[in-house]
Amino acid sequence: MKRYSALSLIEQGLRGQKGWPPAWRAATPKPRYDVVIIGGGGHGLATAYYLAKNHRVTNVAVLERGWIGGGNSGRNTTIIRSNYYYPQSIALFELALTLYERLSLDLNFNIMFSQRGLVVAGNSRHDMETIAKLIGAMQLLGVDVEELSVEEVRKAVPALDCSPNARYPVWGGFRQRRAGTARHDAVVWGYARAADALGVEIIENCEATGFERSPTGAIKAVETSHGRIACDKAAIVVAGHSSVLAAAAGFRLPVTSYALQAFVSEPVKPVLDVVCWTLATGVYVSQSDKGGLVFGGGLDLYPSYAQRGNLPIAQSVVGTLAEQFPSFGRIRLLRQWAGIVDVVHDSSPIIDETPIPGLYMNCGWGTGGFKAIPAGGYLLAHHIATGRSHDIGAPFSLNRFRTGALIDEAAGAGIAH
Amino acid sequence: MLLIECPWCGPRGEHEFTCGGESHIARPPLSCSDVEWANYLFFRINPKGEHFERWRHTHGCRLWFNVARDTRTHAIRAVYRMGEAPPRTAP
Repeated sequence: MKRYSALSLIEQGLRGQKGWPPAWRAATPKPRYDVVIIGGGGHGLATAYYLAKNHRVTNVAVLERGWIGGGNSGRNTTIIRSNYYYPQSIALFELALTLYERLSLDLNFNIMFSQRGLVVAGNSRHDMETIAKLIGAMQLLGVDVEELSVEEVRKAVPALDCSPNARYPVWGGFRQRRAGTARHDAVVWGYARAADALGVEIIENCEATGFERSPTGAIKAVETSHGRIACDKAAIVVAGHSSVLAAAAGFRLPVTSYALQAFVSEPVKPVLDVVCWTLATGVYVSQSDKGGLVFGGGLDLYPSYAQRGNLPIAQSVVGTLAEQFPSFGRIRLLRQWAGIVDVVHDSSPIIDETPIPGLYMNCGWGTGGFKAIPAGGYLLAHHIATGRSHDIGAPFSLNRFRTGALIDEAAGAGIAH
Repeated sequence: MLLIECPWCGPRGEHEFTCGGESHIARPPLSCSDVEWANYLFFRINPKGEHFERWRHTHGCRLWFNVARDTRTHAIRAVYRMGEAPPRTAP
């Protein structure tokens, strides 16, 4: 891998930018790998990278049905934060945030992680009670959150309507300063390039269609649109399509797939320098480096594999944003899109071996998978390489739905996904 | 925007309805195992294709009914009443 540096930028600048090598090789599948990872999004690529880097497992293929960064990794609103409620979740998302903080150096790829801070506004007395409960739990576990008065919210987000007559009155809020946004494409490209440099093969336009099992029931090969690929171990890391591959392998998941929409406005001058989220509406917004307002809200509330999103939710999210930020009301919408997210009943992920020996999975992140990419990859790689779950990943087992040890962030942190 | 044919009120826009998820899930007896109970509570088919699901005309007659809908296209193939068997799968 040719390292990126200030010197390489100058060198390439003098050569008319014509000497850059491809960030990763275009691989054709070999007949056999030690590990086959299905899904070339952030989590799948991060799994391959940490397998190679932390565990020296380098005979690894990543199969991607489309192109790298074309699924949810290219469709999210790029928010990174760790303000959850339960200790298990906080450990998980703190691991992700800590890894993100040094990821640009680690990958030698500028992921443009901007720790601009997250400001969450509460809109009622009940919201403020929830906030007091949440920040108490988070502070005990060392998350950098602080409560904000109405005046402090107004100062942090001047465009937000904090007047007494606002449709969604602001009662106060809280802030996480280490939260922020990153360039989503750079995260997947960076992981793909770094994994490739360690020997991982990335195979795009290759769809996994089934699994072959040995007489003992263990995984033996993955059937793909490019033919059979033998492997010792395989992992399903496909977010909204997890149930489809689980069905191909012969088991069910506690997952329902929904469309989650996101929106971006035309670029405008700097108006918002934090990520802002309001509890009453669930609408969140940040401003990209190009000036577009990137925002979203709730799910389309019926099962869907169509990556487009419905009109009622789009109207609701856009209308709510314009109501909360009156000055945004005349900004034009540039684009709208949707990704298919994998929602589980307790709004916590599943990082575990499946009922099929040697077949692993990482899913259930719902609407919040982007922020967890480094942790999802790190923990699944540990599980695949060592055969045992990492201490931080262990609570997020598939078995918790049978034992009842759910980590209910829907109730705990009010997370919708 | 989906146009959903409520069996009692006729065609209405989707914002009047609530989706209640997978239909035809039979509750096991209370003497069942933890695995059966977990399957009943949490584990779903979640198909990419035709899905038999319950809907309620929440902002209308407030009654439940079943819908056969394709999760890839959202096209509704059939609407049928609670308690009825699902229509035969499309070819």
